[in-house]
Amino acid sequence: MIRAGLSALLSHWRRRPFQLLTLVLGLATATALWSGVQAINAEARASYDEAAAVLAGPALDTVERAAGGTIAVEEWLALRRAGWQVSPVIEGRLARHDLAILGIDPFTLPPDAIPGEDDGAAFDAGFLTGPGQILVAPETAQALRGADLPPRIEVEGIPPGTAYADIATARALLGQDGFARLFVTGPPSLGAPPLERIAPELERRAPRASGGDVARLTDSFHLNLTAFGLLSFAVGLFIVRGAIALAFEQRRPVFRTLRALGLPRATLAGLLAVELLVLALVSGALGVALGWLVASLLIPDVAATLRGLYGAEVSGSLSLRPSWWLSGVGIAVAGTALAGAASLWRIYRLPILAPAQPRAWARAGARAAWAQGAGAVACAGVALVAGFAFDGLVAGFVLLGAALLAAALALPLALDAGLAILSRSARGPRAEWFWADTRQQVPGLSLALMALLLALAANVGVGTMVSSFRLTFTGWLDQRLASELYVRAETPAQAAALTDWLGPRTREILPIQSTDTPLAGTPGEVFGVAARSPTYRDHWPLIAQAPEVWDRVAAGEAVLVNEQLARRDGLWPGAEIEIAGWPTEVAGVYSDYGNPLPQALVGLDRYRALFPESVALNFGIRVAPDETAALIRGMTDEVGIAREAISDQASIKAFSLGIFERTFTVTAALNVLTLSVAGLAILTSLLTVASMRQPQLAPVWALGLSRAALARLELLRAVLLAALTFVLALPVGLLLAWILLDVINVEAFGWRLPMRVFPLDWLALAGLSLVAAALAALLPAIRLRRMPPARLLQVFANER
Amino acid sequence: MLLEIENVTKSYPSADGPVPVLRGVSLSLAAGETLALTGDSGSGKSTLLHLAGGLDAPDGGRVLIEGEDIAHYDDRRRARLRRETVSVIFQQFNLIPSLDVGANIAFQARLAGRHDPAWARDLAERLGLAAHLSKYPEQLSGGQQQRVAIGRTLAARPRLVLADEPTGNLDEGTGAEVAAVMRDLVTATGAGLLVVTHSRSLADRMGRRMELRGGRAL
Amino acid sequence: MNADRLTRRRFLCAASITAMATRAPAQGFAGLGRASEDYAMPRRGEPLRFPADHGPHPRFRIEWWYLTANLRDADGTDYGIQWTLFRSALRPDDAGTGAWRSAQAWLGHAALTTPELHRADERFARGDIGQAGVTVTPFEARIDDWSLSGPDFDRLDLRAAGPDFGYELALTAEGPLVFHGDDGFSVKSAAGQASRYYSQPFYRAEGVLRLPDREIAVTGRAWLDREWSSQPLAADQEGWDWFSLHLEGGAKLMGFQLRSESGPAFTAATHIAPDGTTEAFPDGAFSAEPLATAEVAGRDIPVRWRIALPARGIDGTVEALNPDAWNGLAFPYWEGPVRLSGSHDGIGYLEMTGYE
Repeated sequence: MIRAGLSALLSHWRRRPFQLLTLVLGLATATALWSGVQAINAEARASYDEAAAVLAGPALDTVERAAGGTIAVEEWLALRRAGWQVSPVIEGRLARHDLAILGIDPFTLPPDAIPGEDDGAAFDAGFLTGPGQILVAPETAQALRGADLPPRIEVEGIPPGTAYADIATARALLGQDGFARLFVTGPPSLGAPPLERIAPELERRAPRASGGDVARLTDSFHLNLTAFGLLSFAVGLFIVRGAIALAFEQRRPVFRTLRALGLPRATLAGLLAVELLVLALVSGALGVALGWLVASLLIPDVAATLRGLYGAEVSGSLSLRPSWWLSGVGIAVAGTALAGAASLWRIYRLPILAPAQPRAWARAGARAAWAQGAGAVACAGVALVAGFAFDGLVAGFVLLGAALLAAALALPLALDAGLAILSRSARGPRAEWFWADTRQQVPGLSLALMALLLALAANVGVGTMVSSFRLTFTGWLDQRLASELYVRAETPAQAAALTDWLGPRTREILPIQSTDTPLAGTPGEVFGVAARSPTYRDHWPLIAQAPEVWDRVAAGEAVLVNEQLARRDGLWPGAEIEIAGWPTEVAGVYSDYGNPLPQALVGLDRYRALFPESVALNFGIRVAPDETAALIRGMTDEVGIAREAISDQASIKAFSLGIFERTFTVTAALNVLTLSVAGLAILTSLLTVASMRQPQLAPVWALGLSRAALARLELLRAVLLAALTFVLALPVGLLLAWILLDVINVEAFGWRLPMRVFPLDWLALAGLSLVAAALAALLPAIRLRRMPPARLLQVFANER
Repeated sequence: MLLEIENVTKSYPSADGPVPVLRGVSLSLAAGETLALTGDSGSGKSTLLHLAGGLDAPDGGRVLIEGEDIAHYDDRRRARLRRETVSVIFQQFNLIPSLDVGANIAFQARLAGRHDPAWARDLAERLGLAAHLSKYPEQLSGGQQQRVAIGRTLAARPRLVLADEPTGNLDEGTGAEVAAVMRDLVTATGAGLLVVTHSRSLADRMGRRMELRGGRAL
Repeated sequence: MNADRLTRRRFLCAASITAMATRAPAQGFAGLGRASEDYAMPRRGEPLRFPADHGPHPRFRIEWWYLTANLRDADGTDYGIQWTLFRSALRPDDAGTGAWRSAQAWLGHAALTTPELHRADERFARGDIGQAGVTVTPFEARIDDWSLSGPDFDRLDLRAAGPDFGYELALTAEGPLVFHGDDGFSVKSAAGQASRYYSQPFYRAEGVLRLPDREIAVTGRAWLDREWSSQPLAADQEGWDWFSLHLEGGAKLMGFQLRSESGPAFTAATHIAPDGTTEAFPDGAFSAEPLATAEVAGRDIPVRWRIALPARGIDGTVEALNPDAWNGLAFPYWEGPVRLSGSHDGIGYLEMTGYE
């Protein structure tokens, strides 16, 4: 019985291979987008986790200065002498090599906290003596080939872009001697006094959360991607829903016959469920494979973006993770279950002798539209609460999700209202019928149109965000990179020779010195700059300032802080801040895009007093643009500066913009993919509706509208609905962009970006969506155009 | 002559090759005349009606409406013919579900460009539909739906009215009522009426009667 | 003169500082096969100078301050403690190359043994940053919270603790320093390898032992060894068994055997009279023979020995107070208090290495 039933059910797919293809394709595409994005995320996260695990050691507690700041050697020794098992760490970054340095003490750090050391023998006494050695991943060693750094030892398992060094080596490289923190490597000696008695300013902390700062920063990027993935998957589910509904609708006579012949309805529903499960498994596997392809194409760009934006290192290659396969296929099955549940339920409840009536679309649709409208209001309420009553990244994303969902749910009502207004302009029976019929189509197409709305809104939103970011960033770069050349000397002696040589040849030499030091309790950087120079006064972009800001900074009476620090700790002009023990006042705030760290700017004299051991090796040089080439030649040939140590403004800008181009590649690719999935959703929805539309179209045809005219109208209808959806998606997209720029960016990165709008982009997107809708409607229209009159006449003669 | 059908043939494709439905049938119908076309299921009577209405094209023979052969009309001219000259009433699904009763009645007349609101109102009165003008087809009974179909047809003032089992979906009493209204109104407008039916009582109401069997006229 | 081979087990531990700190692949005995020409060499006849020679000799490759004590509480229960500070040079010239670039590495071992339990811990440190080192006047040997310090070498305070044990002892010398070999020039091989080596075996000890659940007041005897050298051991030596024994009546015996892969064990001994007079014995004069083994840390370790020095009429059985005295540290070995019975009764310490 089961076998006979199954063969009767499956015979449908043999007769309608296209429908099977649609179903499999829809599910596979949805899964592909979802799992592709997941793959990128998983890969990046795994990289961070690896980095975090290596940086933080195997879940070791740390001892840190409660108020932030470094720990002096004496404080560490006092702890050791009191019986505390603590191992010091120096952390810092070598900007010129784009390398994070982790200085460890191999004497007090257990071997299993050093990567590659569990199997022994990665490095030798050279690590501790002479110039020292640095342990780096093989790919980092590749990147550092020829760099002026201690000998590299390649160790698998060290995160890319990070070097392990003995603490002595790290001190020399970073020019700092305080410890960022101490690892607690074991329990203290019996009878050792508690930490607060030995060092009340220090506190013990649990191991850093996996990923640490880098992960927090990049979380936003990944959440964006995840949102994209989820959206794509949701869009894909509309396709699946359409395909399943169509397959079930067309097989209703078969179901009835099977039931009449004695197949229990539970068995029938079971068979259909098994059929769906098999389809889901096959399509899911196909989708995961496709997703892998998408991810492996995109991940080099993602890796480059993350490295450029946040300094987070992600391997440019993709490894297949079993969890990812499982989750991909799993979500395909879950999605199919979700999409097929309603259809299955209807089959289960179908009375044996129920007449096969065409569904009363309009009335059922109206009820559904009002229910969805209520849902939209509820979602909007959630969005408002999340937006105004709560802070934080999570609330930001709740706001985002709820706003999008509200917009999607409100779409059918909004479209109906829009069509009602437009239909007033109708003149003549054709137009009246067209508008009336279009309104009637909305419920049937609403799922696909919601998918389109989400895809378009995401496009507008993410596009606006990225473009705003780029525009703001380039403008900011123009201001901030005021010097024509930037040079780094190797030694103080070379720096002196350089300034002597440059003196008569340039308009101005601006020393730039920096030190890593805690600011308001977290690791940050302090820069010493020649604040007296008009170069800063004229160019440095300030977003908030007290009167005479530059005079006061130059006089060493006040400092500037970056926007991140200002927003995080409320350090706006007038606030007090302590830098390396010097209590001072914030006189201004500057925007500092792309930098994850808090930063402060101090007048050069004051800086030198605060950090006497810091040497001035970096210089900005003001020179007439047409003299830069000659000056570069002179510096390399006559002063012996390495060419790599000289950057010109133009190439820094080019480098920074390159990062954004890669961001664009990723977002653009995902945008196009999402939009295509939405187009596919429209196509399948139209195909589903087409079979139900014959009774609606046949009378009009019989009354004297040719099939060609009807087909044209069908095409026009799809384009019109897409256009209306686009019009509605635009404000939603702008809202999305606002949330991304004004809520999520501030929460995730600490800076607020002005929103810029790009109407030309919208125009292109509108065109694209109309083309997508027209392409989707083309096939059903052609089929209508070619439909034999006998098929239309059957409507009048046969009971369906 | 309003309608002349001369020796038409028509077959439909099937898995076993073409199945002949009409094997050379001729008939003629003058303005103001009523003709009932009867026969068993599969005798070809509905097909003949579709050919007469320009809804489908014959394989052979001629279909002349007001002296013009429509057999070789293209899709566009057929559509125009259906709009302006001929009107068909089907057994079911005559109406446009997205339009209300009033709009349905006016629809064909407006397509044909000869909408006369007074005449449409008059028709609705006479068909007993005046109270239902703003309802939608799905809210009406079967008999009411067929009255709307008749009203729509007559509102357009076609010269030829074709009806395919117009009472086939109705009970006997309602069917007789609808049939009477249809015949009276059609003849009152001076149009010709060709009715395909199983129903003896409906056939008896028509002026002439013709029976098809196996695709041929008896 | 065979006592000169007393470069013994401690080379291994000392060298392991570097091995531990740098994970250098072990060659021979923990890297001791490496060339040592650039380091200072001990010279015969060069007099030892005190107190300076209590302090470090950084131009020599390895050096240690090695203290063991046999202790007893008021109930008559026996205990033992070990406290060792090793110095190992990373470079022969003792020239650091900048802050934190010390040429010296330090390693501490501490252990406490009772009849029921054994606790051990270790500390690592680089030199010259204040974490570990030795100063002479006043004397202080320190690594982290472990120290051996006092106004001079005859009056010292000892302290060490791990997470689950600790001790504090006051040491008072009741006899002279004892010089091994030729006035502390201890030749180790025919090839002329040698070390500087002296001991203070006459300390009276008094203090407390700590365990998480109790403190124990104890008294007893302690034995401090001082040795420095730059000489590698032979590559075929697989381990050693070393005895330091306080005999009843006040005499002391130090004896060891170096077990060889390629031949019979090499033995040596020093007999120390109660007044500090020494007599060194050549290879073969002293013998040590395992009588019973126990499984300790997955290895078969001899915990009962027959030892004999017929020239002094010594023939007895040495038995571990606690067979589980395993120092399961980065470099593992057995070290614990023992009892002597037979021709002489006594107490002492036994160290065994190379039982893999």
